[in-house]
Amino acid sequence: MWAWAFHRISGVGIFAFIVLHVIDIYLVGGDPELYDEVLAFYASLPGRLLEVVLGAALLYHALNGLRIIIIDLWPRMTAYHRQLWWASWAIFIGVGVPGAVIIMRPVWLPLLRDLGLA
Amino acid sequence: MQTSQGAQVSRVSRGRMRPQGRGRELVFWYLMRITGVALFVLALAHFSILHFIWDPAEQTAEFIANERWNQLFWRGFDWLLLMTVLFHGFVGMRTVINDYVRGSRSNSLALAVLYTFGLVLLVIGTQVILALPMPGAE
Repeated sequence: MWAWAFHRISGVGIFAFIVLHVIDIYLVGGDPELYDEVLAFYASLPGRLLEVVLGAALLYHALNGLRIIIIDLWPRMTAYHRQLWWASWAIFIGVGVPGAVIIMRPVWLPLLRDLGLA
Repeated sequence: MQTSQGAQVSRVSRGRMRPQGRGRELVFWYLMRITGVALFVLALAHFSILHFIWDPAEQTAEFIANERWNQLFWRGFDWLLLMTVLFHGFVGMRTVINDYVRGSRSNSLALAVLYTFGLVLLVIGTQVILALPMPGAE
């Protein structure tokens, strides 16, 4: 039941962010100064950690959803359902880890500079 | 296979079982899969552009007007994403409500609140995409 539970939890989490995001983008026209303050939070360390969580939820939901669609619409793929499950996790790690590293670059880039490595 | 809430979930894919018959539930079942594939492209592209190519630290209100939305293509792209994600997100939440809010009156009330809220987001989201001036238009 893990696949189902993760899909539901990530879906509800993404839904909550979409609500926030439509409202914050509305501020671009309605109250640009307030929008800039919200975006300053997105760019902060806690904001970036939450974006990594959001990106992970989005990527899991997307990959697991695609896996469900493939099996549901192509019953012959049922024979490969284990491979599809592990492939979706391989892509999750392979795409998600570099993605998280890029989002967190303002944290590690100054450290590299301090050490004279960048 | 049944979840603790009685939802029918496929033993293999762990996705929702295809509903029996030819009613509205079957239409929603297919539309969730069609919008899901569309969002695989639209939502992941949107997230990648705004987190990997651009950084949140650069994304002021001025940036949205002058850079991000200075072409009709990107306004159209984001509007299509908005429509798709609102449909997928709100139909998804409808499924969640139907699983957990079982009483018929509280269920109808929860769905009415959900749909009203969805309509509000559709209107304000469309309004900002249409009405925001395009000073840097090419």
